[in-house]
Amino acid sequence: MAFDVLPQPSPRAPRVAAALLAASAALLAVGSYIGLFVAPPEHYMGEVQRIMYVHVPTAWNAMLALTFAFVSALFVLFKQDWRWDARLEAWLEIGVILSFLLCAQGSIWAKPTWGVWWDWDPRLTTTAVLCFAFVGILALRRFVEDPVKRATWSAVATIVAYVDVPIVYFSVKWWNSLHQTQSTPQTVASSMVTPLRINAFGVLFLMAGLAILRSQLARRKLAAELAPPLPESNRLEPTGGVA
Amino acid sequence: MDASTPAIEAKGLCRRFGRAWALAGVDLHIPAGKAVIVAGRNGSGKSTLLRVLAGALRPDRGSLRVFGEEALRDRETLRRQVGLLAHASYTYDSLSALQNLQVAARMLGIPADRKSLLPPLEEVGLAHRADDPIHGYSAGMRRRLAFARLLLQSPSIVLLDEPYAQLDPPGFRFVDRLILRLLGEGRTVLVASHHLEECAKVGDLGVVLEAGRVAWSGDAARLPLEVVDPAQAAREAV
Amino acid sequence: MSAPLRARDRASGPAEARPAAPRGVAATRPRGKPSAGPAAQLLAAFRKDLLLSWRSRAQAMAVVVFGATALLLLSFAVGPDAASLRRFAGGFLWVALLFSSTLALAESFRAEGEQKALEGLLLLAASPVSLFYGKALANWLQLLLVGIGLLPILVVLYDPDLSRMPALAGLLALGSAALSAPGTLYAGMASQVRAQQVLLPLLLFPLVVPVLLAAVKASSLLLLGDPMGQAGAWALLLAAFNGIYWPLCGLLFSTVIEE
Repeated sequence: MAFDVLPQPSPRAPRVAAALLAASAALLAVGSYIGLFVAPPEHYMGEVQRIMYVHVPTAWNAMLALTFAFVSALFVLFKQDWRWDARLEAWLEIGVILSFLLCAQGSIWAKPTWGVWWDWDPRLTTTAVLCFAFVGILALRRFVEDPVKRATWSAVATIVAYVDVPIVYFSVKWWNSLHQTQSTPQTVASSMVTPLRINAFGVLFLMAGLAILRSQLARRKLAAELAPPLPESNRLEPTGGVA
Repeated sequence: MDASTPAIEAKGLCRRFGRAWALAGVDLHIPAGKAVIVAGRNGSGKSTLLRVLAGALRPDRGSLRVFGEEALRDRETLRRQVGLLAHASYTYDSLSALQNLQVAARMLGIPADRKSLLPPLEEVGLAHRADDPIHGYSAGMRRRLAFARLLLQSPSIVLLDEPYAQLDPPGFRFVDRLILRLLGEGRTVLVASHHLEECAKVGDLGVVLEAGRVAWSGDAARLPLEVVDPAQAAREAV
Repeated sequence: MSAPLRARDRASGPAEARPAAPRGVAATRPRGKPSAGPAAQLLAAFRKDLLLSWRSRAQAMAVVVFGATALLLLSFAVGPDAASLRRFAGGFLWVALLFSSTLALAESFRAEGEQKALEGLLLLAASPVSLFYGKALANWLQLLLVGIGLLPILVVLYDPDLSRMPALAGLLALGSAALSAPGTLYAGMASQVRAQQVLLPLLLFPLVVPVLLAAVKASSLLLLGDPMGQAGAWALLLAAFNGIYWPLCGLLFSTVIEE
């Protein structure tokens, strides 16, 4: 029946996560080195532009994390399996952290470039709205005590919020297009693409490793929270008649 | 569907609240047209069982067949067959008794005009206060309104959760008459109650719940007092 | 083992004799409850919610007063420069309406929880989809009325072009519908947890950012002048939001209210 099987931690998971994290560390080290020291500075913006080697991978992966959260939410509603709720929790948190980092990186880039911390760039503004939306869903999870309701409600809220993403993006873009002339940097030169891709995979593996560990943790918490299996009964013998 | 199809056939019903199992594997076999008393101490799972049987709560495990049809996949069919008198009165306090019945009547698709709804109110003795908002009602009056609402539904299976609670002795007799009338109409009735003296008069079969399981079942006439109220049994044994 | 219950009863006093009348027509079972079709149930739910709103109309008036107070406070925040105020009038209206909506939406579920009336309706084999649309439509009407109630305050404080008021009312209709659909869904959730007052705005406000943007833009264009005729495009965005969220929230509502 629904949500019946208690979630068990997977024995292979820590090894897989460790491998992913190790690979990620290697990739990020290589990609960051190339990006910081080897790749040429950008023509107009100079050294400040190097933040892009972190910023763009973060952007791709933030959206990926929230998409994984959306997929987990769908599985929670259709499969009603606790493992997907654990994954949903993990991807929600990772998505929020990456979105927040994205906004922080955007501010760090904007201040020396445009002189303001926030320039209402459509993509960054959408990210900020998403950050708030998904923090709200994490808060929802904290406030709901019944595990089944927590799982189904946060899945519903994730689906509703994710469907909003393109709408928010278009409305902010349109809203800002009358005034906005600046935009975040676009990659052009091929010498810039390689470290970008390396870092993108680095963040991806980092994300995946963390998601595995986090969802294992969520499984343990759920198992502790849900009722233990039914004990065998000392049934009184029925005296006949019904049942 | 013949007369031998049981009204309710439940196997292994389990329902958890947090870390505790309110129902821990309940099996029931209720023949159609019978009156069944569900007894048990507070916290034994009587209300939870009735809510599961009414389709208000989804069980975590187990199966349920009502008149031979699978009832848990799509609880709408279950809800069409079963009516529940619960602890909560399912009413809107800011509306009057008549308006509350009108809401229910419209949901059921039955006539919702004053002329059609006054008779049930008269039957439960509330016709004289039909237009007063419910928040002025006493607990007993709310219960009576809940009965009227239940009667509108005309369900095949009637579940009564503590029907005698908050009623006075004339109210007890009203409930007894009502149960007998429902049985006379061929309906199946389950009564969960502490007032065993009252409902033993009308019950055919009895089930005792303990810690979410069926601890005893059999003829209502032989409902053992000691299973339900050991302290009283001990006093009487002396 | 003590004597069984019935025997005790017989011994203790004159028990009411069980009538000897035969048990009815048990060969065929009773037919079961009647049930109205989904459209009739929607109408019944809508009428019920309108009636409940009417009964708590003092509360609804208080919500309008709250919205008016919000308008006043926002004006104080900006300062007495009439030109600035007129420029921000559209924004103020929608922020005030958004804040008021949390009160109205939360109130719409209060009556359902007192005696578990919503569960009672579900047990009448009412479809959750019908219950959602009945309530969401009633909430829409209520939010629209709050918005229209704020228009006179708007006129007095910001001196807008009066000929645009009917178009503004149309925008209010679109915008309050866009708030009502997800708002009803989330209010259904929030009403069941303890931290309800903070949960509803926390969930709703980020979601309806597009609604706010579109409604404010369109309102400002209406009130201040629209040389390029863009207000219609923003209204279309509002309509699109409605087109997506009214079906989606209706589908998801049952998972929120079923136990």
